[in-house]
Amino acid sequence: MSGLTTDEILHLSRLANLTLSKKETTTLKDQLSDVINYFKELKKLRTDDVSPTSQTTGLEDVLREDQVDATRILTNDEVLSGTDKTHNGAFVVPQVIDKDL
Amino acid sequence: MNFEPIIGLEVHIELSTKSKMFCGCPAEHFGVSPNTQVCPVCLGLPGALPAANKLAIENCIRFGLALNCEVSEFSKFDRKHYFYPDLPKSFQISQYDLPFCINGKYESIRIKRVHMEEDTGKLIHTNLNGKKVSLVDFNRSGVPLVELVTEPDFRSVDAVVKFLKEIQLTVRYLGISTADMEKGSMRLEANISLRVKEQESKRVNELPDYKVELKNINSFRYLTKALDAEIKRQAELLEDGKKIKQETRGYDEDRDRTFSQRSKEEAQDYRYFPEPDIPPIRIGELKIKNLKFKFPELPSQKRGKYQKLGLSANYIEVLVQERARADYFETALALAKQYNISEKEIAGVMVNQNLDGKFAEPAGLVKKLVELQNVDYASQADVEEAIKKVVLDNGKAVKDYQAGKEQVLGFLIGMVQKELKGKGKIELIKETLISYIHGR
Ligand SMILES: [Zn+2]
Repeated sequence: MSGLTTDEILHLSRLANLTLSKKETTTLKDQLSDVINYFKELKKLRTDDVSPTSQTTGLEDVLREDQVDATRILTNDEVLSGTDKTHNGAFVVPQVIDKDL
Repeated sequence: MNFEPIIGLEVHIELSTKSKMFCGCPAEHFGVSPNTQVCPVCLGLPGALPAANKLAIENCIRFGLALNCEVSEFSKFDRKHYFYPDLPKSFQISQYDLPFCINGKYESIRIKRVHMEEDTGKLIHTNLNGKKVSLVDFNRSGVPLVELVTEPDFRSVDAVVKFLKEIQLTVRYLGISTADMEKGSMRLEANISLRVKEQESKRVNELPDYKVELKNINSFRYLTKALDAEIKRQAELLEDGKKIKQETRGYDEDRDRTFSQRSKEEAQDYRYFPEPDIPPIRIGELKIKNLKFKFPELPSQKRGKYQKLGLSANYIEVLVQERARADYFETALALAKQYNISEKEIAGVMVNQNLDGKFAEPAGLVKKLVELQNVDYASQADVEEAIKKVVLDNGKAVKDYQAGKEQVLGFLIGMVQKELKGKGKIELIKETLISYIHGR
């Protein structure tokens, strides 16, 4: 089987917010196709008696009580320490929605 | 052509828990300085481990139960991926194929699902040094959010508003959220399409092949106007034989019309997958029973009860609109029983004279009524007797009142009072008179 098409790779790159060069597209197309094809190996396994799961730990109901834990709260300076684009304690980003549209 | 709107709703409700959904940061964020209630979990920093808030999940399920939903025995969280500056992890923890509650019904409206997710941060769009920017505050990021999705079962704007008001009231009775639209703790989205009415009999289950999503609706008034404007727009297009584009639209109140919001280039593809950091949740019969056990009486049940007491629709609505007031009324009622004070009288002094505002405790109000009683007022039976006579003698005035001349009521009350030689209690006369005339 051939795996992914170029269109599918481009679709995925847009979803992941990545801009790919032509060369990267080709490389990724082959690499991701290999990965997908490898999953086909799994089809050889007999899974009739196995119920589907999305977890490997076997844990259930790991919940916390509704209590404030102030010890984990970061200071505003810590929060903003990774950027120099700030204003009155907030992050500043380019406007995504044009309200006048 | 005669069109009929087909409307479905998505309602988001922020839960009033103490802490956030997956971390211990405070959930109350209104009026707090930006980015001061955040931690590695709700900022989406690498390596942070979310742990789900038990009370939030319980309250989500209680809400679902109030809407007559089935509770999933086995449930889990999923990641919903998209890019937006208010979403620090670039995914939102939500629920996909196993929501906590499904298949509910509220009056005639089918509830598709009620699920649990986390709120996003808040964006403030502004200008800084001549540049259009957004300021990002993550205090709201991770606040527990319940999403309710209905089937497209609404056929009028009025039905939508009525349903939403009832949802808001129910949420408040359950005590799980303030559901304050202005503060954003209740948010609405509606999807809407039109179909020709005549077709209904022939194609009962057929829905139009498009729907327009209306977003960012933050009040009931705004909702009514936005829906009306959108129905008008679609009807005009259909009259002209045009097709309607499936898209997301906002509402411009100044121009009273909806406008297209930039549609995403890619079709919605959120690449949901199970949240690996949160183990699944099993909700047994016992837990559901326990949650049901803690259920307060809901507005619809209270209405039923008050109707049986013979209160007028107006009194009932006023009392039911606030749970604390309804509770006050019932406590007063229980206390008043031994003094032979009627339900109508208590409701009357609460609704018309706000006496419950004057007496913090129902016992105080009852005491006051007992004092008044000793002034030798006419009994309920005497009042009813007098009303019967007055209504019989004043057919025209009664007709005028029924036709909408509210001011005639004062005249009729006066006539009854005259009949009772001034010994009637005005509130009792009024309430009894109204229900007598309406009951005829
Ligand atoms: Zn946090």
